Amino acid sequence: MHIRKERIDRGIKARTEDIFALSSGWDMLYLLAPRVVPILLLIILTFTVNPYWQKVLISAAIFALLALSWDLLACTGMVSLGQGLFFGMGAYLTGIMNHYFHWPLILTLPLSALFGGLISTLLLLPVLRLRGIYFSMITLVLPLMLVRIIEATRIFGGTEGISGLTPFGNRWIELYLSLGVAWIVLFGLRRLHTSDYGLILRGISDNDQSVMSAGINIYWYKAQALFIAGSIGAFAGAFMSHSYMFVGMPVFALDYSILPIASAVVGGMGTFAGPMLGAFILVPLSELLRGLGGLRIVIYALSLTIFIVALPEGIFHYIQRKYQQFERRVKVDRDS
Amino acid sequence: MWIGTLIYGFINSVILALIALGFNLTFGISGVANFAYGAFYILAGYGTWILINTLKIPFVAAIVLAILSTMLIGALLYRVVLLRIRGLVISEVIATFGIGLAILEFFRYLGFIGFEYTLPVFIDGSLSIFGTFVDYQRLLIVGIGCLLALFLWAFTHYTKIGLAFRGIAQEERTALSLGINTDWIAMLSVAFGAGLSALAAITILPLGTISVEGGYDILINALAVCIVGGLGSTGGVILASFLIGYAQMITSTYLGPHWIMIVSLVAILTILAVKPSGLFGKQKELEERI
Repeated sequence: MHIRKERIDRGIKARTEDIFALSSGWDMLYLLAPRVVPILLLIILTFTVNPYWQKVLISAAIFALLALSWDLLACTGMVSLGQGLFFGMGAYLTGIMNHYFHWPLILTLPLSALFGGLISTLLLLPVLRLRGIYFSMITLVLPLMLVRIIEATRIFGGTEGISGLTPFGNRWIELYLSLGVAWIVLFGLRRLHTSDYGLILRGISDNDQSVMSAGINIYWYKAQALFIAGSIGAFAGAFMSHSYMFVGMPVFALDYSILPIASAVVGGMGTFAGPMLGAFILVPLSELLRGLGGLRIVIYALSLTIFIVALPEGIFHYIQRKYQQFERRVKVDRDS
Repeated sequence: MWIGTLIYGFINSVILALIALGFNLTFGISGVANFAYGAFYILAGYGTWILINTLKIPFVAAIVLAILSTMLIGALLYRVVLLRIRGLVISEVIATFGIGLAILEFFRYLGFIGFEYTLPVFIDGSLSIFGTFVDYQRLLIVGIGCLLALFLWAFTHYTKIGLAFRGIAQEERTALSLGINTDWIAMLSVAFGAGLSALAAITILPLGTISVEGGYDILINALAVCIVGGLGSTGGVILASFLIGYAQMITSTYLGPHWIMIVSLVAILTILAVKPSGLFGKQKELEERI
């Protein structure tokens, strides 16, 4: 006789991802808990921590937004190495609108999200045909180039940047706006992903030629995905620059490109909840490690590499599997 | 004036070719885009600096040691990391990028910033060519660049390892069936690429200071040259380095040194958008665009 671990899927999980066979209130709770408990925990957290850690929560939400936008692109088969492009685009747009035109914050945030997404999409439109590593290289290069152009031409404040943007004023509004937008985007994208529209996007990443042969214009869908992801990233950038009251060349920095990827890889790509989880782990972690200074980015980079080699599915997939399965020890015959 | 631009443009082109050859070797053979390339370059630079100035090892021994240890690190990178994700292009890129970032930022954290971090020139002095003064180091770079190109050509055509390199570049599975250990050869290609980056670092870095930002610039320059020339095509890389080298020199003369890197970046963007296989590349069209 031999003891072995047996895993069985829970009964309420039907064959598809979004249809469940519920028979009791407990079953309902089982589905509801992973969606509601994190939100409740976060709300409790916002009231218990000091203002410094509230700022950390804001920046976690911002990075979560960037990671979500990265994940949407990755799900569509476009792996970006430069979320800094979207981030910086939104940040500079809001800086220009706020500093040169003196538009209020309530106008600059949505407008820079909209136009940031639009401009990024237009910038990347000529290279939508590229696949895999070639698209990644373009996205890696674009933010670096924009930095150099700003440095060389000294537009928009050049190396000094633009400071003195309108702050939010109330830290509770700031906190709940960022967290709220992050959760709305998370649930929105998860819903989008299971719809027919999301099926097309996933199809493009799995096998773009077969999607094309189904008579679907993949460039149009890719452009739409880019616009959605770009807008999310640009909103994050605009929000961050109002929060810091400053826009400058650092917005195109590698941090904003590498941390979202790290969050997505650590959390689990392709689930949206994973990148969110990753951001809410990595950003506070990096805050705890602030004393290490420059070593933080080393740690991100190494954790990125370790996860992609050793645990490519990420934390979320792992948790999800554990949550949806029973595990028990059973006796089996040795010789079978 | 224009003779000076001509001569320095030529030198700049050879420098670019030296930088790009290693990246191109690795990519052309194993298909691994080694985004840690710039980090290897800087690692070799700081490594040599430490060997010479802290450990007081003689110059020539330090050079040999630095090149060998960079090769070893390249081999380890393949053995430990890349072997497990071989063929997953995106994972390869993210993993090597992560490693490169970690190496570069670790040096920044250790505080390797300043003008004292520079390597000694091989021979001091300069000489006048048509009224333009050129120092011996730059002439040496041209010499080493030409020798290296010749050596690589001979190596890949007349030695067993070189032929195996070309074999797995053309068709990995067939090479495997002919008794070539593809994992071993791919590891060697990453190691050789790293070694070439170290060689480039030791010959080029005496012209300036070693800096962390330099690592990113090196990666971008290598990418620019390889993409314009066509990833994996050595002849294309040499021609492309002359194209970009002269373009950089001309923009630097007429617009200012701020614009040098923009030339590389614009070159990458235009070529990728218009003809991603590069001017002379023979990559499979469908793998790069649809």
